[in-house]
Amino acid sequence: MITYLFTGLFVLLIGYFVYFDAVLSPEVINNPYNSRQDAFANRVVRGKLLASDGTVLAETVIDGDGTEVRSYPYGNAFAHVIGYSTRGRTGVESLANFHLLTSNAFFGERIAKEIREEKNIGDNVITTLEPRLQQAAYDALGSHRGAVVVLEAKTGKILTMVSKPDFDPNRVNEDWDALNKEDNSESALYNRALQGLYPPGSTFKIVTLLNYMRENPSYEDFHFNCRGSLTEGNYTISCYGKNVHGDEDLRKAFAKSCNTAFSSIGLSLEEGIFKSNCESLLFNAELPLELPYSKSAFTLKAGSTPAERMMTAIGQGETLTSPMHMAMIVSSIANEGILMEPYLLERVETYEGDVVKNYYPSVYGSLMSREEAEALTEYMKAVVTEGTGSKLGNLGFPVAGKTGTAEYSSNKDESHAWFVGFSDTGEDDIVVCVLVEKAGAGSEYAVPVARKVFEVWGDGNIRK
Amino acid sequence: MTNLIVELSKFAFIILIALYTLLSFTILKKKSQGEMNYGWKLQNLLMFFFHLLAYVVLYLQTEEIKILIFYLFQLFLLQAVIVLTGVIYPKINRLVLNNMCMLLVIGFIMLTRLSYDRAVRQFQMAAVSLVLAMVIPLLIRKCSFLQSLPWIYGGAGLLLLTVVAVFGDTSNGAKLFLKIGGFAFQPSEFVKLSFVFFVAARLSKSTAFKDVALTTVMAAFHVIVLVLSKDLGGALLFFIAYLVMLYVAAKNPLYFLSGLGAGSAAAWAGYHLFSHVRVRVMAWSDPFQYIDKEGYQITQSLFAIGTGGWFGMGLGQGTPNKIPVVVEDFMFSAIAEEFGGIFSVCLILICLSCFMMFVNIAMQIKNNFYKYAALGLGTLYGFQVFLTIGGAIKFIPSTGVTLPLVSSGGSSMVATIAMFAVIQGMYLLKEDEDLRIEKERKQRAKARAKKTGAGKKEKIR
Repeated sequence: MITYLFTGLFVLLIGYFVYFDAVLSPEVINNPYNSRQDAFANRVVRGKLLASDGTVLAETVIDGDGTEVRSYPYGNAFAHVIGYSTRGRTGVESLANFHLLTSNAFFGERIAKEIREEKNIGDNVITTLEPRLQQAAYDALGSHRGAVVVLEAKTGKILTMVSKPDFDPNRVNEDWDALNKEDNSESALYNRALQGLYPPGSTFKIVTLLNYMRENPSYEDFHFNCRGSLTEGNYTISCYGKNVHGDEDLRKAFAKSCNTAFSSIGLSLEEGIFKSNCESLLFNAELPLELPYSKSAFTLKAGSTPAERMMTAIGQGETLTSPMHMAMIVSSIANEGILMEPYLLERVETYEGDVVKNYYPSVYGSLMSREEAEALTEYMKAVVTEGTGSKLGNLGFPVAGKTGTAEYSSNKDESHAWFVGFSDTGEDDIVVCVLVEKAGAGSEYAVPVARKVFEVWGDGNIRK
Repeated sequence: MTNLIVELSKFAFIILIALYTLLSFTILKKKSQGEMNYGWKLQNLLMFFFHLLAYVVLYLQTEEIKILIFYLFQLFLLQAVIVLTGVIYPKINRLVLNNMCMLLVIGFIMLTRLSYDRAVRQFQMAAVSLVLAMVIPLLIRKCSFLQSLPWIYGGAGLLLLTVVAVFGDTSNGAKLFLKIGGFAFQPSEFVKLSFVFFVAARLSKSTAFKDVALTTVMAAFHVIVLVLSKDLGGALLFFIAYLVMLYVAAKNPLYFLSGLGAGSAAAWAGYHLFSHVRVRVMAWSDPFQYIDKEGYQITQSLFAIGTGGWFGMGLGQGTPNKIPVVVEDFMFSAIAEEFGGIFSVCLILICLSCFMMFVNIAMQIKNNFYKYAALGLGTLYGFQVFLTIGGAIKFIPSTGVTLPLVSSGGSSMVATIAMFAVIQGMYLLKEDEDLRIEKERKQRAKARAKKTGAGKKEKIR
């Protein structure tokens, strides 16, 4: 019996070892901490990175004298998301590193090349990126600092990820010192879409609204008379641009982004429930992302002052979030409450085009009920039809969204412009999140960028 | 050219060890002695070819002549061991002998690649141990008083462990070593033998409750002292070996179950009492989260194994030295990185073949002392292999034990070779037993034949 027991242990051991080598190891050794990957580079020519339509986004060019140069044909436009592999690795270059340095070419050919001491050709990795959307977003952002994220709501595919200021991945080595200067306030290497943390401004009213709906089943009876400002204690909150919205229901208050109405909602909310609702939307939590990102923060807790509660409800105060996180929350609204895990890798192919591995969409979980998602969609559509997002009208398809103007300093004139929303056609809808640093009102600076992206998407070539 | 040889040698290594491993499991099924002898010789041939090829590859990469000289020394030692053992003990268990040599060869190769100096020290210890081990089977065979000294084994072992716990030097968080005259040795390796002998001597005498209780208390002291020295892997090994021996001797599943219960309770308590246990478990459950510190070693090990893949990077082509304490606790990962997954599975199978042979020998011995001792040693060996490999591949939390005969470590080398020799001695005893029984049976048959033959004659007359 003892023999069987121990033999059984050994069999389990071998079984786990085989399982590790066959199933777990690709993921494990793709870890950026694995310096052994560099050893592969001595034997394999790094494969190409392609966009979903086959556009080459990164390739290794071999000079006449045999020197390998990594070339990025689109330069700055894809700088952050594609990344670089010359000084460490970032972006997709880091994510897909193992595949790029592995050759699954025909077995005989590989052996022949090894014997001739030639390098094999690494596999190509096809990304989910959509070059026309990326380019449109990149151009629309112009000389502003900021970020744009575009997701496909139903699958979680990352179609676009732009961050500015940017850099030229072809010149990372040459520009390294300048890019990393300590007094460099640009932080151009920083991917603002994932790592930038900003006050969400009025885009956070989506969250406040959801929370209000959950706490008040009869939320549709809400009525408020906006006089342009609300004072509680010695703290006053005013509506943007000194607007006075007058008598309004919840839909109008949301569409017009009425600060006064939402801060009064903030005063009525239960802090504990507010916090747990935010955490169910992945504030203070890990996000299902493969690239480095910053965690969003929501700090309101029981016993906070009325001022803190009012500010938090309209997305000011201590709350911080990233453009990707806002896009993810809205993607779950667009997808009946279900959040899909955002992903960048679509497929791995040999250099001759044989498929090595496919990636599939994967469900993260439900962030809200289908009813809640539908209700939020209606309110967000009202933002476009009758509120601050009216510049998104006449696109030829309905859009739902929310603008935001986030004050980030005591100087009330400086603010970040936000927009987050989605096309509501019912087919392969996209989520667009735009953040423009230090620009001004969301409706004036962020919405036009989103419109450019929606226009390119809507021209029929990208929409399937 | 060197590149080509390295590349092709990868596959040659795999084919050689695969054939060797296959023979380990098939030779014993052969019918005739001649076929079996042919099989053992074939195994040696495969091993020597593997040995030669590996050192050629190592030489081509380093171009240091000392590597070749070192190889010749090893060749001489291994040949001497195989030939001499065959002459002195013709009836020795060839599988155990061959496997021991094969494991030594794998260890020598990998250590030479990782650290030449350590490999030389390893070789010296192996040479001394192998010479000394020549007399062990004889001692076992001739000295029947060995089985009547339980308290000497138990007392000496416990004393040694206590001395280490109090005066020992700390290595990787555990107190393991004793320094005498500039020579560091690890007493717990030798106490493994005395512990098994103690338990076997006690249990072969009596399995009455009172005696079992006394034995258990003594065994528990061993384990507790090891725990206090923070040698948790060692403590676990002693504990499991005791449990198995007790179960087989007393044939009482209740002992086994209550032992397991006590063990689980102790593990639970240990987890909550000792921070280093929690660290190990933490590093095991999610090493990537603590990749910079607690999980560093295990993630490096996984990177090594994973990067090696099925066929390995090729001898000398990986970077196994990136794994902390690779030559002791993570030899398996280094082997998996450079020789590959298939080779590593064969290595596990060779260890399994050793273990099965040990238990097989134990089960066939009639004398209870030797039976339990062989079983205890086999369990120690088998479980240690399981702990070290399981730790390296993150199947179980890492316990900091070494791979016997392969990992670097003088004390472990001496103790393991002694252990193999003791098993050989017991195997010879078993052969003697068989021979005696066979003889008696023949005599009885002859006597019977004489009787009936005589009767017939009378009838005829």
